Amino acid sequence: MKYAFETIAVGIGAFLALLGVAFAKDDQFQAHMWVLFIVLLAGTVLLLRRLNFSPVTAQTADDKSGYFDEVVRYGIIATTIWGIVGFLVGVIVAFQLAYPDLNIEPWFNFGRTRPLHTSAVVFAFGGNALIATSLYVVQRTSRARLFGGDLAWFVFWGYQLFIVMAATGYLLGITQSREYAEPEWYVDIWLTLVWVAYLVVFMGTIVRRKEPHIYVANWFYLAFIITIAMLHIVNNLAVPVSFLGSKSYSLFSGVQDALTQWWYGHNAVGFFLTAGFLGMMYYFIPKQANRPVYSYRLSIIHFWSLIFLYIWAGPHHLHYTALPDWAQTLGMVFSIMLWMPSWGGMINGLMTLSGAWDKIRTDPIIRMMVIAVAFYGMSTFEGPMMSIKAVNSLSHYTDWTIGHVHSGALGWVGMITFGAVYYLVPKLWNRPRLYSMRLVNWHFWLATLGIVVYAAVLWVAGIQQGLMWREYDDQGFLVFSFAESVAAMFPYYLLRAIGGLMYLAGGIIMGWNVLMTILGHERDEVPIPGSEPVLQPAE
Amino acid sequence: MSEEHIDEVSGVKTTGHEWDGIRELDNPMPRWWLWTFYLCIIWAIGYAIAYPAIPLINSATPGLLGYSSRADVAADLAQAKVAQGALLEKIAATPVEDIASDQELLQFAIAGGESAFKVNCAQCHGSGAAGSAGYPNLNDDDWLWGGTIDQIYLSIAHGIRDETDDNTRVSEMPAFADILEPRQINEVAAYVISLSDTPSDAALVEPGAEVYAENCAACHGDDGEGVIDFGAPRLSDGIWLMGSSEAQIVAQVRAPKHGVMPAWLGRLGEPVIKQLAVYVHTLGGGQ
Repeated sequence: MKYAFETIAVGIGAFLALLGVAFAKDDQFQAHMWVLFIVLLAGTVLLLRRLNFSPVTAQTADDKSGYFDEVVRYGIIATTIWGIVGFLVGVIVAFQLAYPDLNIEPWFNFGRTRPLHTSAVVFAFGGNALIATSLYVVQRTSRARLFGGDLAWFVFWGYQLFIVMAATGYLLGITQSREYAEPEWYVDIWLTLVWVAYLVVFMGTIVRRKEPHIYVANWFYLAFIITIAMLHIVNNLAVPVSFLGSKSYSLFSGVQDALTQWWYGHNAVGFFLTAGFLGMMYYFIPKQANRPVYSYRLSIIHFWSLIFLYIWAGPHHLHYTALPDWAQTLGMVFSIMLWMPSWGGMINGLMTLSGAWDKIRTDPIIRMMVIAVAFYGMSTFEGPMMSIKAVNSLSHYTDWTIGHVHSGALGWVGMITFGAVYYLVPKLWNRPRLYSMRLVNWHFWLATLGIVVYAAVLWVAGIQQGLMWREYDDQGFLVFSFAESVAAMFPYYLLRAIGGLMYLAGGIIMGWNVLMTILGHERDEVPIPGSEPVLQPAE
Repeated sequence: MSEEHIDEVSGVKTTGHEWDGIRELDNPMPRWWLWTFYLCIIWAIGYAIAYPAIPLINSATPGLLGYSSRADVAADLAQAKVAQGALLEKIAATPVEDIASDQELLQFAIAGGESAFKVNCAQCHGSGAAGSAGYPNLNDDDWLWGGTIDQIYLSIAHGIRDETDDNTRVSEMPAFADILEPRQINEVAAYVISLSDTPSDAALVEPGAEVYAENCAACHGDDGEGVIDFGAPRLSDGIWLMGSSEAQIVAQVRAPKHGVMPAWLGRLGEPVIKQLAVYVHTLGGGQ
């Protein structure tokens, strides 16, 4: 009987969720358990419909000889859908800032929609992209099928369950108020289980590889998986008020708590949004450009220096706070030292194109990857600069920080992911080509212009904010009230929302292109000039 | 696997490995990159020697420059105090109503009051001090508790209905829903509206005047001119703290809302309160 075990496990899960509803200590936990129950009940029903009662001997075994790509296909679809959802919530949040009346109490006020946006783009969009591409890349570069069989399915569906529980929790007002680690203790425990399973699948595949060496992309993916496990567990050490309630208290207090949080927060950027996506870069750029990686030596040095230095840089988020001066100094100098290791990745990515630079003109996918690496370089210069205390005293708490994060997130993370998705979809679904290259080009320009508008506007906004806050008159009195600096942000917030809207439009175009490719359509269009080999007249 | 292999396009040797068709060139690290990296490390070491950096058991290395962010803040604050010190002392020694007679002191007090207003008062009274429903507008010449400079000073220092301050200003209008008939409340509301020459139902105004004289005049005055000693608002102007519509006035008569303003003396200190009083007085004071 296929799926018997899975069906029973999910069914028991649904029953436990129902018990959670019945004995909940607080209303939010009860509502959250209702959500869990409904999701797991739907999962049980779907699994029941796939039960197969034929005897074991009569069942045709799955073909286990090739690569395990079905889970990657699901992952790419999830990436695309969560991406559009995350960008959409981002645009909504941006408009809420410009027009506060759009805050709809209690479920859709900014305090709840903001973590919904950050988690949707970082964990749902970015996380699914990383899981899907890493499982694709590790198989190819190890010449081995995924380890653990159906464990990869547990990773995929378990991760989606984490996303749904996190997102609905935010809207219900369940949060531990730790940035990028808002889900409460029970959702954290679930993610830990899923993540360990992910590590087992990935590591197991590397162990059974048929290549003598481990490819550089896998170093980065592995560093990402292991470090995120460590960060997630330590930052979420907390004591629940009740095992049937939605509230917990952190194990740390005061400035130790703040430092733990930013050790986590900064390395979520370093290992989730950087190391993981560098793994992506190291596979998809050489493949799409059909060129060798520029320098093996550079990849070794920048990998180890990046991994070693990143983990100490977190204190720069707490400059001029209760954090002792010595910790602020270390956070700052490690951030400065991090500049070149980050740029090592940029150099290796860009220089891999040497010998194929003409493709920037003819291949919109390569163009996306190049702009991704360019934004990676720009934001990894901006980051160390902002960690310098003198700069930070102006930039901290302003919208400049938001702009910085978005040039990294929209520019680097988003663009390299779009490139990987466009590369993968025809291969995974065995289509001769994408539905439309011209739509890829549209996506490229909409997204790039959107980022430029977004980042430039928030530079101006952030610097203006910082200058307003520190403005004293010649008698030594503060010139502006905080509310006046908020009112001054209105035009920038509006423009930023428009930049985000352009980025969202690009994402929707990608969704359409991916859908049509999967359905097997090919758009009848004029090829992009130069992309087709020029036919020489016969002599 | 590791056989000699040369990339045709660049002519550079590869490492000889191949993964899914991907090879790696054996290029050296770019010199400028390596040297910039070294420079960053050297700079980091130098900075860590100059500034507090290495944690010890009970403290940390102080750094050659002896820098401390706390000492920096203390020095900045001390400097700011010295710069304003003479004028602040003069303000502390001058009765609030006499500040205006010294031109230099007056200008300093207005600037300081405006700054303090933006930090402490704008949240309720608005950036331009125009108030909103329930929060008085400070730009007009209608003052619940008096608009002279020392009346304003007392209001800010001790607050309105702040139970933590023994000298706070207290008044409480009774809830007339328990005292008057609904019909009478409608009548008195119509009468009150008519006091500011605003059109209202003439049939109700006449009985309303009677209700007013019996129940309201003691506090709000015979002609609705208000009594500052009780904080009883003037009803004969067009300024309405809780709203000017008939329904809002009826609601306020039935079950009045009473605003609270905190006492600021303990938090801001006398010199700042004086500056605030001077500043607010320039907005709309003058009684």
